Amino acid sequence: MANKLISQMGLSKSTANIFAARNILTAKDALSTTEFELMELLDMGMAEVTSAVAHISESVCPLYQTALSLMEERAKNEYLTGHLPTRLKGLDEALCGGIPFGALTELVGPAGIGKTQTPVRKVVQLLAQVVELEEEVDIAPDVNLSILSRSIALQFCMKLSLLAALPTSFGGLNGRVIYIDVESKFSSRRMIEIGAKSFPEIFHLEGTAQEMAGRILVLQPASLSEFTESLQQIKLSLLQHQVKLLIIDSMAGLVSGEYERDAGAPRQPSLGWHISFIKSLAEFSRIPIVVTNQVRSQSSDEARQYHFQVQSGGESAEVPARLDSHLVAALGIHWAHAVTIRLVLETNSGQRFMKVAKSPISPPLAFPFIITSSGISFLSDDGIEVLGPEIHTIHFQGHNDIIDLNRERLQ
Amino acid sequence: MEVSRLPLAPSQKAKLISAGYTIMSFHLFCLNSSYHCTDLNISDTEALEILKLASQSCRVDRLDGSHAIVNGAQTAWDMLHEEEFITRITTSSADLDNILGGGICCKEVTEIGGVPGIGKTQLGIQLAVNVQIPADRGGLEGKAIYIDTEGSFMVERASQIAEACIEDVLKNYVFQRKEYQACQDEMQPKTFLANIFYFRICSYTEQIALINYLDTFIAQHKDVGIAVHAMFVKVVILDSVTFHFRQDFDDLALRTRVLSGMALKLMKLAKKFSLAVVLLNQVTTKFVEGSFQLTLALGDSWSHSCTNRVILYWNGNERYAYIDKSPSLRSASTPYSVTVKGIRDAASHCKRIRMM
Repeated sequence: MANKLISQMGLSKSTANIFAARNILTAKDALSTTEFELMELLDMGMAEVTSAVAHISESVCPLYQTALSLMEERAKNEYLTGHLPTRLKGLDEALCGGIPFGALTELVGPAGIGKTQTPVRKVVQLLAQVVELEEEVDIAPDVNLSILSRSIALQFCMKLSLLAALPTSFGGLNGRVIYIDVESKFSSRRMIEIGAKSFPEIFHLEGTAQEMAGRILVLQPASLSEFTESLQQIKLSLLQHQVKLLIIDSMAGLVSGEYERDAGAPRQPSLGWHISFIKSLAEFSRIPIVVTNQVRSQSSDEARQYHFQVQSGGESAEVPARLDSHLVAALGIHWAHAVTIRLVLETNSGQRFMKVAKSPISPPLAFPFIITSSGISFLSDDGIEVLGPEIHTIHFQGHNDIIDLNRERLQ
Repeated sequence: MEVSRLPLAPSQKAKLISAGYTIMSFHLFCLNSSYHCTDLNISDTEALEILKLASQSCRVDRLDGSHAIVNGAQTAWDMLHEEEFITRITTSSADLDNILGGGICCKEVTEIGGVPGIGKTQLGIQLAVNVQIPADRGGLEGKAIYIDTEGSFMVERASQIAEACIEDVLKNYVFQRKEYQACQDEMQPKTFLANIFYFRICSYTEQIALINYLDTFIAQHKDVGIAVHAMFVKVVILDSVTFHFRQDFDDLALRTRVLSGMALKLMKLAKKFSLAVVLLNQVTTKFVEGSFQLTLALGDSWSHSCTNRVILYWNGNERYAYIDKSPSLRSASTPYSVTVKGIRDAASHCKRIRMM
């Protein structure tokens, strides 16, 4: 709409010509300047400019819908009223049916291991492989491996891909899935395993595994620019090829690799572009988009207060002592504003939780869960309501545990 | 009236000035238009147009002694009188209403900001629902325009909040059984949803266009449903004002100009239709006196554009609202909570309004 041509809006011929002569061709050109600037630029009187701007505005302005018609239309046109069920009963209930179409859902899990700590990383990767090999391994609750939490996010993403690919008769969306795998962690073998464990009735049929896996397209961009390029290409194919889910794993991996520091100036424009592009993708194709994000430790000089809180410092009882190793989601506050739903995976005193940290529909809930061979399974479908900003912090014991534990395991 | 202040095209202004007309004085009108034509080297129609504009603006300029000393002005006494009739939209939290002086004020622009997940959208949806409470139940019986720039509006949630709102309204008024029934029939979540006009905006161009267009839109939708009740749009919610402006604008000076133009238009709208404009804003970090602090986005010059500013923040485990800026209200803070039903008072119900 923004690039609609002024010459096609039915303005009077003379006015349209003046706009064209000054190289103001689209609605975007005309509306991103003030009316006074337009008067100067076009050499027109106030009244003419105002009426021209009003005319342009009216023809660019999107149509309205009442909330009721919106609801009815979605109930009618969209399968499951526009939700991808996760098959986790508690979560689906909290989110009114699952991951919503047309919105951005974020999955935050600790990655923990910095990119520089290669030796540690290697060990953990090894261990992760061991864990993946031992199929039935029920990971002991005291194992607080970040890489495992990460692979929980990964497993959850793979499960969602399968759910979107499943035929509608089995509660899926019967569509294709585009999986943008930035960190090259996607494992088809593991995915089919999850499928076979979770939906044995389908995967036991001849050829279904192949069909399901054939519907999941994995992209592995090597750099941010490559990622940007493939995003732009995806836009067209989303509609043509019945794509029902887009997963980006992970956003932080891409962006933080190229830029440093949270409030850093250079990242903002680029991240901003990605945010609005991804959101417009979701909106325009009405599919759910799931993006994973990493965590980082909360730096001490982090802004947590407004000026009026600082002034009345002594009075307000806040700023709870942050003794444990607190983590927060990476990519900063700008990104956090942009996601519609934020799900956090954490380990708190030996128990894993999935938290609904931000959602316009659900109260802040935490669901304890365990990992089984078919993926995440909730211990209870009634979430524990979490009070306060606690819902945004991500618990997870420090790196030292990992190394110690690795030694034990490797011996 | 100076010529340079007339709303004319720059080239015409230049011609007038170069011909020596810097001030639109009386003698300009005495001359006929054909004289101007030759003098200024402009066409007959243009000259007529200039004269028309000039006489209009001169009339405004002259003292209109009979009624007001300055045209368009109001005495403070009249304003006081008018203020008594200003309606407010309840937030469903008594504490929050209390510090807001009774609710979100119609005729004014209110900005509400806060960190992600604090409940900005919730408050937005709540207001879109509450504005529709029937007049005989203490509401405004208006319609709502919800402008969604982020895609965070959830119809399911709006429906939940509407149901809870209806329930509360019914509970607060003890009726005889018959009346209760009638009231229940009258207020359905569906009608509440049907009275929310939802716009989904995908770029800042559309955002500007829509705000330009709102004037016409509201005027057109004035008379809908006149058979039963005349319902007007009483609240415009922009969720959020920031999103598109934050991503795609490179020229920050231009951004400020465009934004303040938008704020002016919204203010005019609020006055003209006596409706409340609620802008939701995101937060960003700002480096002040050696430390990072949270502050609402879009910069300092934007912070002057809104009449009222409310900041939602975490205080320990509770959500608080703080009046950061208001010409008539004391700066105060109060806890509130977001429940399944929507915005409500904080759970532990003791008075904890603190004046700052």
